[in-house]
Amino acid sequence: MSLSTRRIRAITRKELREYRRKKSVIVTTAVFPLIFLVQPLAIVFVAPSSSADTLGQFHLLLYMLAIPAMVPAYLAAYSVVGEREQGTLEPILTTPVGREEFLLGKALAALLPSVVIAYLVYAFFLACVALFAQVAVASAIVRPSDILAQVVFTPLLACWSIWVGTAISTRTGDARVAQQLGLLGSLPAVLMTSLIAFNVIPVSLGLGIGLGVLLLVLDGGGWRIVSALFDRERLVTGSGS
Amino acid sequence: MTTSLAGGSAAAALSVDHLTKRFGDRLAFDDVSFEVGKGEVFGFLGPNGAGKTTTVRTLGTLIAPTSGSAMVAGIPLAAENGVEIRRRISIMPESPGLYLRLTVVENLECFADLYEVPDAKDRIGRCLQAVNLADRANDPCGTLSKGLRQRVALARALLSEPEILFLDEPTSGLDPVATRDVHELLLGLRQRGVTIFLTTHRLEEAERICDRVAILSTTLRMIGRPDELRDQLFARSVTVRTRLPLAEPDGVFAGLEAVEGWRLDGPATYVLNVTDPAVAAPVVTRALVAADADVLSINESHHSLEDAYLELIDTDVEATPR
Repeated sequence: MSLSTRRIRAITRKELREYRRKKSVIVTTAVFPLIFLVQPLAIVFVAPSSSADTLGQFHLLLYMLAIPAMVPAYLAAYSVVGEREQGTLEPILTTPVGREEFLLGKALAALLPSVVIAYLVYAFFLACVALFAQVAVASAIVRPSDILAQVVFTPLLACWSIWVGTAISTRTGDARVAQQLGLLGSLPAVLMTSLIAFNVIPVSLGLGIGLGVLLLVLDGGGWRIVSALFDRERLVTGSGS
Repeated sequence: MTTSLAGGSAAAALSVDHLTKRFGDRLAFDDVSFEVGKGEVFGFLGPNGAGKTTTVRTLGTLIAPTSGSAMVAGIPLAAENGVEIRRRISIMPESPGLYLRLTVVENLECFADLYEVPDAKDRIGRCLQAVNLADRANDPCGTLSKGLRQRVALARALLSEPEILFLDEPTSGLDPVATRDVHELLLGLRQRGVTIFLTTHRLEEAERICDRVAILSTTLRMIGRPDELRDQLFARSVTVRTRLPLAEPDGVFAGLEAVEGWRLDGPATYVLNVTDPAVAAPVVTRALVAADADVLSINESHHSLEDAYLELIDTDVEATPR
């Protein structure tokens, strides 16, 4: 199987151009990060120095990993069924684009804005901590290991959410249903990051490495599984081959 | 019914052999065989639900046939050859399927990259000129009328310079001038050796620009040149109109050379079944003059492709068990 970078780039560029001009995408990619930014920001602004010990038991930065878990799932869930609903899927499938190229192009288009937005939100949060938080609170929140985990796990989680969303998108006949299912599909990852952030699941190096390897395997396997689920005939005619 | 070309398969751009597609219990098309020559404009006609679009999708490797085989642009129709076949063909579906938030050029750029077109900018410019849309290149497709969107879709189909161009209702929604322009464009493509597979409901369009047509109604009902289809379906006839009814029409028409029979088609109008109108017309004229009839007109009866199509499809409808 040889992949054409030009064809993958064509799909990605087309998707990004559409995102920029679609209000619902802009609103959604702005709203989800805000939801997961509000609570940590509130803590930054109101927490007194005396709460530093309590905050030190949590991993507030990791709570924001819900952003790369949810935003790309929403985008990816629309990717295939959306094309089908607007009647653009058939023309694109009549070109030489392979299903792996098509899916990779779509995945990259969902990954890039999700990761950029997530990193921007983290940067904004860290800037707020540095500027406005009490010194003791800031040192309790900002830990190098948490920042490293955030940087590493953001693309890994986003990829996983994309493949879940895309799998739903290839098998669903309605874009709204697909997006709702996509968000539901991202909930296990959100739950996991929340449990870790609130120290219900204790953080350790072993856990981090284990989860990292698991996500890498799931991300690689996800592409293969979604490619296998991508049935041109069913997508074009609504009937299985 | 002759489904193959005079030159045999060597000259065929498209060769379909007993192709069948079934969706569960529903038969989309059955046992379809035909050939389309290189550079031929081939019309594919049939009522709604006849299987035309499914045939095009099958030949375009979007869906797999249930049985049968085909060669598309010289390549066997098979899943593993999908990319190679799609490289050589282009399909314009009935619905333009444009990205409405993107401009005309952005739509074409995407497809030029998907076909890996060399010198894409230049090719896009030429395709837009071919469909008279160069001045709308930077307009979002959502702001274009239905007819203009159809033209963008046609430009998109031309981008890859395909060997075979599948067009599903290409003039749907176009005004007469734009329709004429599209017809001229298609005839120009034929001159350049492009094979055109045209699915249409507009029978006058098929009659005007197609070298051959096929009529599909789940099975292939007929195939041939439009005039051949008319001759196969309708007895050749001559229509005679006189000022007053003939006193003894049987005495005038019976036994004339090339005349096989006659029937009344109005108070003073007679339709004669003939073997050859060119032979029958002067003979009939002489017989009418000899009978002292005031002749208003003697014409060869003409049947359009539409007559032939309706005759076939009506027969199908009548034959369908209720």
